[in-house]
Amino acid sequence: MAELEVCSITKEYCTSRTNEIVLALNGVCLEVERGQFAALVGPSGCGKSTLLKIIAGLEVKGQGSVLLDGREITKPSWKRGMVFQDFALPPWKTVKQNIELGPRFRGVAKKEREDLSNHLIKLVGLKGFENKFPHELSGGMRQRCALARTLANDPEMLLLDEPFASVDAQTRELLQEELLKIWGEELPQSKRKLVILVTHSIDEAVFLSDVVFVMTARPGCVKEVFLNPLGRPRDMGVKSSRPFLEARDYLWDRLKDEVLTAIQQGYQ
Amino acid sequence: MLQQIKEIGLKSSVLVVVLVVWQVLCGVILPKTNPDFVCILPPPSLVFEQAVKLAVGGQLFLHILKSMQRVLIAFAVASAIAIPLGIAIGWWKRCEDMVDPLMEILRPIPPLAWIPLGILWFGIGDTQNIFIIFLGIFFPVLVNTIAGVKAVDKNLIWGALTLGANQRQIFREIVLPGSLPFLLTGLRVGLGVGWMCLVAAELVASTRGLGFMIQDARYLLLTERVILGMLVIGLLGYGMDRGMRYLQWRLLPWYQTSR
Repeated sequence: MAELEVCSITKEYCTSRTNEIVLALNGVCLEVERGQFAALVGPSGCGKSTLLKIIAGLEVKGQGSVLLDGREITKPSWKRGMVFQDFALPPWKTVKQNIELGPRFRGVAKKEREDLSNHLIKLVGLKGFENKFPHELSGGMRQRCALARTLANDPEMLLLDEPFASVDAQTRELLQEELLKIWGEELPQSKRKLVILVTHSIDEAVFLSDVVFVMTARPGCVKEVFLNPLGRPRDMGVKSSRPFLEARDYLWDRLKDEVLTAIQQGYQ
Repeated sequence: MLQQIKEIGLKSSVLVVVLVVWQVLCGVILPKTNPDFVCILPPPSLVFEQAVKLAVGGQLFLHILKSMQRVLIAFAVASAIAIPLGIAIGWWKRCEDMVDPLMEILRPIPPLAWIPLGILWFGIGDTQNIFIIFLGIFFPVLVNTIAGVKAVDKNLIWGALTLGANQRQIFREIVLPGSLPFLLTGLRVGLGVGWMCLVAAELVASTRGLGFMIQDARYLLLTERVILGMLVIGLLGYGMDRGMRYLQWRLLPWYQTSR
């Protein structure tokens, strides 16, 4: 049975200036299995971030249902950890305090929290930066901190909203590899977390995911489900392999029309 | 060391020049043309003399103490009301819709226009004086607190929600610290406005305080005492503002460098 089922979701919202009703999502359906790494790609404005926030329980949907293990998602929960595009790290909390935030909210004892944050700080390579504030870190480090903060809750599901969009291209490549390691690429699928990644980058989607959902231009719906043929574990070398390049070209071909439509709509 | 001396020299240069010109002009040149000038604008030396005289007699400190007391009480009461109210208005849309029209009408009324009502309500005495200063402090604190709560990044709240925070935790861990920079700015501005209202507030029926001292000296045509009172208010206001800035710097180590 699929762990996450999104069935014909719609989402409308009212623009604040002109009071027009805009249809952002139009009958989105997708299924992601336990332990799968799914990627959502689509042109700007297609509602992929909105979809992610609906799955997180942060935004209300119109019609349709979002089921996790058969149960409807209605509100946010620490079991569905999210990493935001701008990291959403409170600037007044140090790296350590940020990482311990989730366990603290849940009432985990101090000693346990510290063991956990020490472990995670090492895992994401932030040793020596525990007591720095977010603005004292580079983009890549903030990204790691945000990831560690989400992992501290040991959620069942990871929702990543363009997590690498604000780090430079070289750091991004390294972080992608790191993410796969931290996710536990070598583990059997049943031990891994379900991940949903929203990204603009086809390369990133192909490199990281097991399944790619291609979305249409606004109003967004799933145009195609692409099962990634690449095996695991993967490293950077895979990016020059034939299956990778073929997958990338294929996805780009499927996406191109949608991007053109989005440009005409004025979103890009 | 040399750098520091240079820095201090630079910062005090304009002040020193103004003092010297003032002294020479009002102490030497102008009195020669007309001796009345000493009364119209006495030189700094006379103001200083007056300061020493009042300081030795102890009256100056009593005036300062009384004024400080009034400003601080008004400050405490205004903050105690304006901060919770501002947070409520900023946080609950419903509360804003209800309270905002009233606040927006009351806000433009200058505190001094309240003096007649203040006298009717509180009689002539300390409470009335404090009331006027309170009004001066209240609105800047309120407006900045509201702005601070509203300026809290929505993503931070969302982030906390996905980490398992409940409403109370969101409030304590995200909204309060997030609005602190604005809040402290509000307190600073409020304190400044409070000092400005002091003299006018003390116009009415007070027998002590810097505002009273200035008024009293005016009737006696003791211009140097008027100027002394003005300068002391200026210095105290400056000192308190520095104190607030220091507080801001201590409480918000993350704020200065993150902008």
